[in-house]
Amino acid sequence: MDILTKSHFELLGLPERFEVDTAELQQAYRRLQGAVHPDRFAAAGATERRIAMQLATRANEAYRTLLEPGRRAAYLCERHGVPLQAETNTAMSRAFLLQQMEWREALEEARIARDAGALAGLARLLCDHRDRLLAEIASAIDREHDFTRAADAVRRWMFVDKFGAEVAAVEDGLAA
Amino acid sequence: MALLQISEPGMSPEPHQRRLAVGIDLGTTNSLVAAVRSGVADVLPDELGRPLLPSVVRYRDDGPVEVGHVAWECASEDPRNTIVSVKRYMGRGLADATRHPSPYTFVDAPGMVRIRTDFGERSPVEVSAEILRVLRARAEASLGGELVGAVITVPAYFDDAQRQATKDAARLAGLEVLRLLNEPTAAAIAYGLDHASEGVYAVYDLGGGTFDISVLRLTKGVFEVIATGGDTALGGDDFDRRLGDFFVAEGGLGELAPDDLRRVLKAARLAKESLSEHPEARIEARIVGRGLVSVPVTAVQFHAMTRDLLDRTLDTVRRTLRDANLAAAQIEGVVLVGGATRMPQLREAVGAVFGRPALIDLDPDKVVALGAAVQANLLAGNRGEDGDDWLLLDVIPLSLGLETMGGLVEKIIPRNATIPVARAQEFTTYKDGQTAMALHVVQGERELVADCRSLARFELRGIPPMAAGAGRIRVTFQVDADGLLSVTAREQSQGIEASIAVKPSYGLSDDEIARMLQESFGTAEIDMKARALREQQVDADRLLQATQVALEADGDLLDAAEREAIAAAMRELRAVSQADDARAIEARIADLARGTEAFAARRMDRAVRQALSGRRLDEIG
Repeated sequence: MDILTKSHFELLGLPERFEVDTAELQQAYRRLQGAVHPDRFAAAGATERRIAMQLATRANEAYRTLLEPGRRAAYLCERHGVPLQAETNTAMSRAFLLQQMEWREALEEARIARDAGALAGLARLLCDHRDRLLAEIASAIDREHDFTRAADAVRRWMFVDKFGAEVAAVEDGLAA
Repeated sequence: MALLQISEPGMSPEPHQRRLAVGIDLGTTNSLVAAVRSGVADVLPDELGRPLLPSVVRYRDDGPVEVGHVAWECASEDPRNTIVSVKRYMGRGLADATRHPSPYTFVDAPGMVRIRTDFGERSPVEVSAEILRVLRARAEASLGGELVGAVITVPAYFDDAQRQATKDAARLAGLEVLRLLNEPTAAAIAYGLDHASEGVYAVYDLGGGTFDISVLRLTKGVFEVIATGGDTALGGDDFDRRLGDFFVAEGGLGELAPDDLRRVLKAARLAKESLSEHPEARIEARIVGRGLVSVPVTAVQFHAMTRDLLDRTLDTVRRTLRDANLAAAQIEGVVLVGGATRMPQLREAVGAVFGRPALIDLDPDKVVALGAAVQANLLAGNRGEDGDDWLLLDVIPLSLGLETMGGLVEKIIPRNATIPVARAQEFTTYKDGQTAMALHVVQGERELVADCRSLARFELRGIPPMAAGAGRIRVTFQVDADGLLSVTAREQSQGIEASIAVKPSYGLSDDEIARMLQESFGTAEIDMKARALREQQVDADRLLQATQVALEADGDLLDAAEREAIAAAMRELRAVSQADDARAIEARIADLARGTEAFAARRMDRAVRQALSGRRLDEIG
C-alpha cells in the first residue's frame, strides 16, 4: 500500500520544506486523523480496523516529527542523505564549545546564588540563540539546499535546546 | 464543521436502523450505564429508579450471585464472600492487593491475584464481569434490544494489565468493547459538548479508588489530550480508611475482624459524606464483643488527617501541568469528576491551585458515564441528526520500555504520546554465536526495572549465529487506540527473519473466557455452541453489509475481475451464513476479509486524499 511509504509531508499534503505554518500543519493533521482514526471504523470489518490503526499511527508519527523544529530538520536532512547521527557525531566548533562552557558557568553561578533574575536572563539568551539557529537551518535547507550545513546547525540547536531544559529545571527548583 | 464532510468508509448503518450502544462507567464504588436516546444522553436507572449500581458482588452457595444494592447490604454480614471495590485488584499482583487491610484472602496467580471465597476462587475479571452483566441486562431491558457494543471507561492512569483485564471482563460479560475510554476524557466530552467550550481544560477525577488528572485542548470538534497523570491506588476509599483508623484509635480497638472492618469502613464513608455538609459527625459501628461504638469527629480533624492524600493529588496536578508545558493560569477551567470531589476542602484546594473555582455543574457521579454514552453512540455509527461529530485524540499515560543490561529501562514509547502509536528500536546481540534474546517489557517512569511494572517476558529464537554485536534485533511496540500494547521482534542483519508477536501474558485466551463462561452459567443455562454460532452469524451479517456499502460507494476502484472475485466471496459467505456450522461461517468470513484487503486499502487512500483536498477547498473559499 503506497500510503504507508509516503513521506510525512506527502501524508499530510504539505510542501516539503523546513518552514512550516504550524496552524496549517495542525489543521492538516486533524483532517487526516478525521479520515483515518480507528474511532471512524469501530463498526467496520477487521481489515479496515487494522489499516485504520496503521494509518492513524503514521499520522501521529508524521505530526510529531513535523511539529517540532529539531525533529523536522533532522528528518529533512536524513531524507537528503545527511543523517544527523546526533549520538556519535559530537564534533562542534571550538567557538561553540567555549560558548557552552560560558553558559554552564553562568547557570552554575545563578543556581548557587539562587538568582532568579540571572536565570531569566540566561533563558532569554538561549531563546534568542535558538531562534538564530532556526533561521540558519531554514536558510540552509529551504534556500541553499545545503544539508550538511543544516545538519551541523541542527546538532548545535539540539545542544542548546537540551541546555535550555536544564535551565528551566533549575528555575522550577527555585520557584518550588 | 469541516469534519462532517469526510466520507466514512466502513460505516454501514441504514438511516432507520439505530444501533444500540451504551457507555459504562465501571467504578470502584459505583457503576453506571448510560445511553443516548432521542439525541440526549441519560443514565439508565434500575427498576426502582436508582441510577448507581454499587460495584459489589456477593457469592452464595444457595442461589445466584448477588450484585449491587442487595450485595452491599450484606457486605458486613458476609464480608469474605462479598467483594467490594474489586477495581482495585484488576490486573494487580499479590503485593499490590495486600497493601491495605481488607477482609479478603488473596491467592497469588500468574498475572493477577485471585480472591478466595467460600464458594471458590474468583479472578477480579470474573467479579467485574458480574457487574457488567447486570448493567448489560439493565440496558437491554430499557432500550429494548440487543447491544452492538459498549464504551467502557477506565482511569486514564490504568496500565496495560489493568486495561486488558477490563476488556477481558467485558468479553466475559458478552459485551463487544467499541473502545476503552479514559474517564477524564469521557468527562471532557460530556462537559465540552454540553457547554460548547473551547480552550484548554483540566479534568480532576477522584473516584473511589483511583485518581486521574488530564489536560485537554478542545477545539472545533477535536478533543486532544495533552497530558495525563494520576495514581491508580489513591481514591475516596483512602479518606474513609483514615477515618476508620481514627475510629479504631479513639475507640481503643485492636485489630478488627473482617466483618467489623467492613462495618467500620461503611460507617467511615457515611461520616465522610456527612462532613461535606456539617462541621461535625459521628462514626458509629457495632463491634463484636463491644456493642455500638460511637466516635465524634470534626471536619477540622478530618481535613488534618487527610491533608497528605489531598496534597498527593495536587503534586500530581502540578507535575502534569509541567508535562503539558502549561501554567495553571493558562487553563480555561477545571472540571471535577468523581463522588469524592464533593468534599469542600478538596474543591477549595483545587480551586486555589488553578486560581479559579472548579466547575461542578454536571453531576460528578454521572458525567463519565454520560460522556461514554455519547462516544458509544458515535462509534456505533449513529451520527446525530444535527451533525454532532467529533474526534478524540488520547494519549498513553505511562512510558513503555524494555529491560537492558544492569536492570535498567530503555524507554521505547514515552508517556503522553498520542495513540495509536508505534516505535521501534534496534538492539544488538552481546555474545558470539548468540541465537536467542530475552525481552522483558515494562511500563513506568522510573529508571530501574525493579521500580516499573513488569508487563511481559518473551524470547526471540532462531537468530543466526554471528559475532557479538553483529546481530541486529528490531523491536517494535504498537499501542492501539484502546491503549493496549503488542510487541514484535525481528532479526534483520542477515535478511533472515525471526519474528514473534506477543500480547502481554496476563490477558485471557479465548479458551479461558469460554471456560469461565461455562463455570459462571453452569452447563444448562447457556449452550456455548449456540453462542459461538450466533456470534459468527452476527459477524457475517456485519461484514456482508459493510462490504455491500463499500462496493456501492467505491466500486469504481475495482476492475471487473476484482469485483467478481469479491462478489463470489460474498455469495459463498451468504450461502453458509444462516446455516448452523460456525466453523464454515468463520472460514468464509476470513476468505471475504482477505479478498477485500486491497480494496480496503485503496478506499482508505481515497478517504485520505479527500480529507486533505478538503483543506484546499477551504483555503479557496
